[in-house]
Amino acid sequence: MVTVNIDGTQVEVFEETTILKAAEKAGIWIPTMCHCDFIEPYGVCRLCSVEVVRGNRSRVVTACNYPVREGLNVRTNTDKIKWIRKMIMELMLSRWPNVKVVKEMAEQLGVVAPRFPSLERDEAEDACILCGMCVNVCRDLVGANVLGFASRGILREVVIPFENYSEQCIGCGACAYVCPTGHIKVKSLEYERGALKDWFLGAKSAIYVPTMQAVPRVPTIDEATCINKQTGGCKVCSTYCEPEAIKYDMQDEEIDIEVGQILLTTGFQLMDLKQMPQYGYGRLDNVYASMEFEHMLNSMGPTGGNIMCKDGTEPRAVGIVHCIGSRDENYHKYCSRVCCMYALKFAHLVKDRTKAEVYQFYIDMRAFGKGYEEFYKRLLDEGVNMIRGKVAEITEEHPPNGDKSFLSMKCEDTLIGKFREIPVDMVILCPAIEPQFDADKVKKIFSISQSPDKFFLERHPKLDPTSTMTDGIFIAGCAQGPKDIPDSVAQASAAAARMLALISQGEVAIDPIKAEIMSEYCSGCRICNNLCPYGAISFIEDKKLSEINEMLCKGCGTCVAACPASAITGKGFSDLQILAELEGILSV
Amino acid sequence: MMDSEKTKNGNGFNPRIVAFLCNWCTYTGADLAGVARLQSSPSVRVIRTMCSGRVDPTFVFQAFKLGADGVMIGGCHIGDCHYSEGNFKTLRRVELMKIMLEKYGIDPKRLRLEWISASEGDKYASVTLEFERQIKELGPLKLQE
Repeated sequence: MVTVNIDGTQVEVFEETTILKAAEKAGIWIPTMCHCDFIEPYGVCRLCSVEVVRGNRSRVVTACNYPVREGLNVRTNTDKIKWIRKMIMELMLSRWPNVKVVKEMAEQLGVVAPRFPSLERDEAEDACILCGMCVNVCRDLVGANVLGFASRGILREVVIPFENYSEQCIGCGACAYVCPTGHIKVKSLEYERGALKDWFLGAKSAIYVPTMQAVPRVPTIDEATCINKQTGGCKVCSTYCEPEAIKYDMQDEEIDIEVGQILLTTGFQLMDLKQMPQYGYGRLDNVYASMEFEHMLNSMGPTGGNIMCKDGTEPRAVGIVHCIGSRDENYHKYCSRVCCMYALKFAHLVKDRTKAEVYQFYIDMRAFGKGYEEFYKRLLDEGVNMIRGKVAEITEEHPPNGDKSFLSMKCEDTLIGKFREIPVDMVILCPAIEPQFDADKVKKIFSISQSPDKFFLERHPKLDPTSTMTDGIFIAGCAQGPKDIPDSVAQASAAAARMLALISQGEVAIDPIKAEIMSEYCSGCRICNNLCPYGAISFIEDKKLSEINEMLCKGCGTCVAACPASAITGKGFSDLQILAELEGILSV
Repeated sequence: MMDSEKTKNGNGFNPRIVAFLCNWCTYTGADLAGVARLQSSPSVRVIRTMCSGRVDPTFVFQAFKLGADGVMIGGCHIGDCHYSEGNFKTLRRVELMKIMLEKYGIDPKRLRLEWISASEGDKYASVTLEFERQIKELGPLKLQE
């Protein structure tokens, strides 16, 4: 630790600290224009110049990269320094009069207007001020080495060497992030919208919190976009993390936990609407699936909650279409239950936030819950146009007189018995709720069944909707079938109660009709292993025998019939018992 | 053992049919037929198993050996098995059994597989009556000879 004197204030800092950092610790402000915390100081703008005094001689140095030593005497506000700062700001202001950071700094340092014109005057608000932060970040922090300075003197500029587009650019956006004027913009060459699990309309950083309601609410790093994963550089997030909680080399861990009961609440996915090209999803601008529109409505979303078309304008009319893929012979025959209500919610919010006309295309209005029908009535009063009929096709139309293009929705209005073409600026589609894409795999792991619509099968649709045919495995929520939030919560509570009941019992009474393997006869052929629909039969490796889990066995007897060695007895329905019955029956 | 060839009322023989019925569907369906006083075949002698998948092919052969003229297996409809998949196993076993019966010189039409649910009492009645008629046409099995 060394002691330095800045403007009369003594401050103690580590050796090798720069004057700038020492001054920061002492609470003294020194202006900077090319300084960036993440990288080595560049010292090119000279705005941070200060005087170092030794005896009666002084020297002007840049505070950002001058290391302190014991007894250093620094003055940051002498007349000379003030003159230097003013000069630099006049030079910058004359060349870049409209750049916000230049104007603000000039004002702070007392420079109103430059006394001379610049031959390289650049009126742009986002002009490049040659601070070099983008080049340094890309080279030192990210390690991609994409940007560089070219030419000298007046002609000096930041370029991507030799061509306009670099293969090495990883699209991290660090350059755009540090650029003080907004001169650098990250443009997406292709943008896959509505990919299977990612409904984000806008960009997000590589380290992010999934949603504000996530449990646990901790950030996660997206391996695909994290700079560290690609170049080994950056690591800026960990420098800001005080508890040092970020570890870049964390791998997925597999943990074994022994439990007695499992509750599956693996949820649903929305149908991929690219399967239905007539609606223009993924092909036409301003056609959204419901979850994407939900993201747009959110105040933390890409538009801050404003409803706008891709070109930034407010839509003149919005069409909301129910039942895309639901109640459809060609896709899903069932009703997805929640869409009517959220579609009405969208209609209400569009009416609330914009002056757009709203057209609602429905087949039946399913307002089944508490307050739902009243909400629907309210929307009728708000002037939402309800059209009972299916939409056949959505096309993009360009009026011949040069007016703005729009989307034409060709539909059938069954209540008036006519075909209609409704012009709108935005379409919101309600996709069917489907079981998760890996429901087949999950069902095999837990030995449960799927109903014909591929959601997990409940033991009884009315009397036991949370249990499955396999003891100890329970299901709740949309994994069992489409339902809204109140119903999901109720079902989950019911499942939890069932599970607790079993735990609190301590003892469980089981049916005596079971299968049992007589180990002396078992040859270890394992024919029975895969026959059990409840996964009750397992193979003991070291004894080379199969054995039956008494708790899981339901006594159906399939394995008993299949065993070639007759090693399995079905208690209550053993082979000998049935053969005796046969003898008795056929004796008369 | 009574000779099944003994005629009653001179109308031909009375077949002996063994039916393996699954507890949850077909047995309950047969019960329903009885409660509803529907006329089902009196020749059918029922053995109850928990699932049609419990029916071992050896039971079927033993039944024929002990003098049955026809064997029927009744289970839940495909996809509705109380134990999920037991009736699928029955389905494939019956196919195999029919092949084997033919090799033994027994007409495979004497083995019948039927899916009858707990509410289909009338189906149970009509199926058993029809099966009885079929067996009567085929005549007694005469396996001993």
